[in-house]
Amino acid sequence: MSEFFAMGGYASYVWSSYGLTAIVLCLNWYLPRRTHQQILRQLKRRHSKQSSLDRKK
Amino acid sequence: MFLWFHKFGSAPHFYRIAGKWIPWLTALFLILLTTGLYGGLVLAPPDYQQGDSYRIIFIHVPAAWMSLLIYVLMAFCGVVIIVWRMKLAEVVLICSAPIGASFTFLALATGSIWGKPMWGTWWVWDARLTSELILLFLYLGVIGLHNAIDDKRIAARAVAILAIVGVVNIPIIHYSVEWWNSLHQGPTVTKFDKPSIHWSMLIPLLLMALAFQFYYALTLFQRCRGELLKRERNSKWVNELSEGNDV
Repeated sequence: MSEFFAMGGYASYVWSSYGLTAIVLCLNWYLPRRTHQQILRQLKRRHSKQSSLDRKK
Repeated sequence: MFLWFHKFGSAPHFYRIAGKWIPWLTALFLILLTTGLYGGLVLAPPDYQQGDSYRIIFIHVPAAWMSLLIYVLMAFCGVVIIVWRMKLAEVVLICSAPIGASFTFLALATGSIWGKPMWGTWWVWDARLTSELILLFLYLGVIGLHNAIDDKRIAARAVAILAIVGVVNIPIIHYSVEWWNSLHQGPTVTKFDKPSIHWSMLIPLLLMALAFQFYYALTLFQRCRGELLKRERNSKWVNELSEGNDV
């Protein structure tokens, strides 16, 4: 197992490449999801405000 | 065919379909990723020249392929925008740019990390590396230009022209290792005769490439859903969507 992580002496190069890729891919997955949720929440809020205004009329 | 095209191009339809596909695409991506990583990091033998350092290939090469593929798709969207003024193409083009930029960055960064132990340097100004760096600037240019113009319809046309013009860089990147002398090794997979790579390395490489394609599709859909909502916030279908809770 430790031999696997040592990568024949190239551990720092191999694992830093894989780690960097993991970070970039996760960010690219997470950030659009968060934006999407934020927009949905905004729309919902706007909608409930609108309907409460309609009721007052 | 045209009916399908029209239906797929309509914003609410695309929004719904994309939402349905995302979990499936994610599942396929994860399966391909784990098998590809297992094959590449565990099963494949060390290279006879480069030892274990070559294992960076399983992310470097697929990322580089994606950087080219996504740019070509963006240029194709650019043509669709100019000719048919299709709104969905505008959304796909602009949502592809950050993903393409990420893959280009990864190709450059992992290549650099690979270059240090093998070439003895992080960076050389040779044709392959320089043209890939230009590709990164093209992606960033697309994002910047789109952000700089307030009217999104005009912005889309400007970005479309940039994407189409920039596509000349793609064959330059691909053939750069043949046209110019380079430290970068020649193609090992996309040769017309037999690829000079053993199948125990080739299979995980192709699995990773496929995994990255599914990853692109799923993050693209996610980004497009957000962008569509933002653009069409005053339309009827978005209004109906915010009435219901089933999102």
